[in-house]
Amino acid sequence: MSRKTLAYLLLLAAGLAAPFFVYPVLVMKVLCFALFACAFNLLLGYTGLLSFGHAAFFGTGAYVAGYAIKGWGLPTELGLLAGTAAAAILGWAFGSLAIRRTGIYFAMVTLALAQMVYFIFLQAPFTGGEDGLQGVPRGTLLGLVDLSRDINLYYFVLAIFAFGFWLIYRTIHSPFGQILKAIRENEPRAISLGYDVAKYKLLAFVISATLSGLAGATKMLVFKFATLTDAHWHSSGEVVLMTILGGMGTVFGPVVGSSVIITLQNELADKVGSLVTVIMGSIFVICVLLFRRGIVGEIIALYRRMVGQKG
Amino acid sequence: MGQLMLGLVNGSFYAVLSLGLAVIFGMLNIINFAHGALYMMGAFLAWMGLEYLGIGYWQALVLAPLTVGVFGIVIERTMLQWLYKLDHLYGLLLTFGLALVIEGLFTNGYGVSGQPYSIPAELSGGFNLGFMFLPHYRGWVILASLAVCFGTWFGIEKTRLGAYLRAATENPKLTQAFGINVPLMVMLTYGFGAALAGFAGVLAAPVIQVSPLMGSHLIITVFAVVVIGGMGSILGSILTGLGLGVIEGITNLLYPAASATVVFVIMAIVLLVRPAGLFGKEQ
Repeated sequence: MSRKTLAYLLLLAAGLAAPFFVYPVLVMKVLCFALFACAFNLLLGYTGLLSFGHAAFFGTGAYVAGYAIKGWGLPTELGLLAGTAAAAILGWAFGSLAIRRTGIYFAMVTLALAQMVYFIFLQAPFTGGEDGLQGVPRGTLLGLVDLSRDINLYYFVLAIFAFGFWLIYRTIHSPFGQILKAIRENEPRAISLGYDVAKYKLLAFVISATLSGLAGATKMLVFKFATLTDAHWHSSGEVVLMTILGGMGTVFGPVVGSSVIITLQNELADKVGSLVTVIMGSIFVICVLLFRRGIVGEIIALYRRMVGQKG
Repeated sequence: MGQLMLGLVNGSFYAVLSLGLAVIFGMLNIINFAHGALYMMGAFLAWMGLEYLGIGYWQALVLAPLTVGVFGIVIERTMLQWLYKLDHLYGLLLTFGLALVIEGLFTNGYGVSGQPYSIPAELSGGFNLGFMFLPHYRGWVILASLAVCFGTWFGIEKTRLGAYLRAATENPKLTQAFGINVPLMVMLTYGFGAALAGFAGVLAAPVIQVSPLMGSHLIITVFAVVVIGGMGSILGSILTGLGLGVIEGITNLLYPAASATVVFVIMAIVLLVRPAGLFGKEQ
């Protein structure tokens, strides 16, 4: 067994044991945002596209799943699928528009489109406006496992996260992922090598949006409601922050970043009130100015330096 | 007609803000996410000046943009200048963080509810134009914004300083080699852009309730305006800003539910038809 496999098995064991040591709902929240950030990282870290509108997919996943379960009475797993599918379709629509521009314009276009989604959720009749969509039942998994117990739901959420993480890992390490990296490093060159760059970018965008929707739907299930906060541009910024803080373009960076941010928010929320935004903003500024590689990126760089010195 | 007028007022704010964004983008190659926060700061400084120091509207109209401009220069010197060699996206991220900090500080100090700021006595009341009633203040906002926009256009396109500025945008190294202090010009440009945002903020203070969140609502719409217009030309951003304000006003009259989203829909259409923006150049 290679060292890498061992490390993943250890992490999985830690994930399985976590609810016995930490409040499960908090860990579930971390897992949902970790999946969100990993999906986002596929786009920012591996394709070099900065989307400032990923909250739209997260929010759509949450709202559609919530409405499918509460309004249409779909079983839980189908509700999650509906939310994910809605995010995928939205991702395809927004992706086709946004990839027409690059760089800063790409960021502005995604932000503006996401703001449109926010206004739609604010005004649409089924979303409950400012109150959000509340009281969504968790239901049962395949009619067998009662998900209203936190511990059962926890393992379901862990499985969803593991699946999403595996999918992203496979994508990054596939030939397709290599082409994405080539686009990130040098787009004109990728074009000149004969790759249909627009198609690859769009596919990466759709995968990222789909998994963001899955993360949003899962988060809705954990908290039993979907709110406007999920679709607000602050959430888009938050996922950028998690990814950068953890280390963009690293497999584990987003997981670390989201754990730090969610724990921090959880600890600080009742102590400093609205100053949380100031702290988040300051972390943002410090990250951009001082350590752009992020936590995991710095660790990797340090490790390489040490190994390099020995050799 | 009233809605159309209100649209023009909103359009003036869009124009001044997108102009500031375009000027900063031209010189620094970054999108200033903090623009909305600076706009909010302008409005808040005017309100605070009146509340704590008794500074009236007219003085505030000069002092608040100056303060915001100096604040912008401090940001540029202490933070932004380290990012010029990196990917442009870092500038966007940094200013996003700054926007969160500024907004959070004001929210913490004053809460999210709006503070009223009254229209100066000289501009209260209005004209009766026969077919509609035009409040003086709205007319003033439109005129003042147009004047500032025109002044900026004139300064950049027709003066010697503006020629240096355009040269530095085109080729900073060569311009520096001719003995022009480019870093200084970059600093002043950011300060000027920030001051423009602050000026729009003071203009907006009596129209909109002064609240810490007023900037972020507006700036995303302004981003859409910038995408629609393209940042290639100054006149382009002014015209796009005004035009979209009017379209928003008309939509509000015909189908109010869509007034918040119409600008974004137009942006999507423009991206489909002419991805570089109405006044943008194809790369």
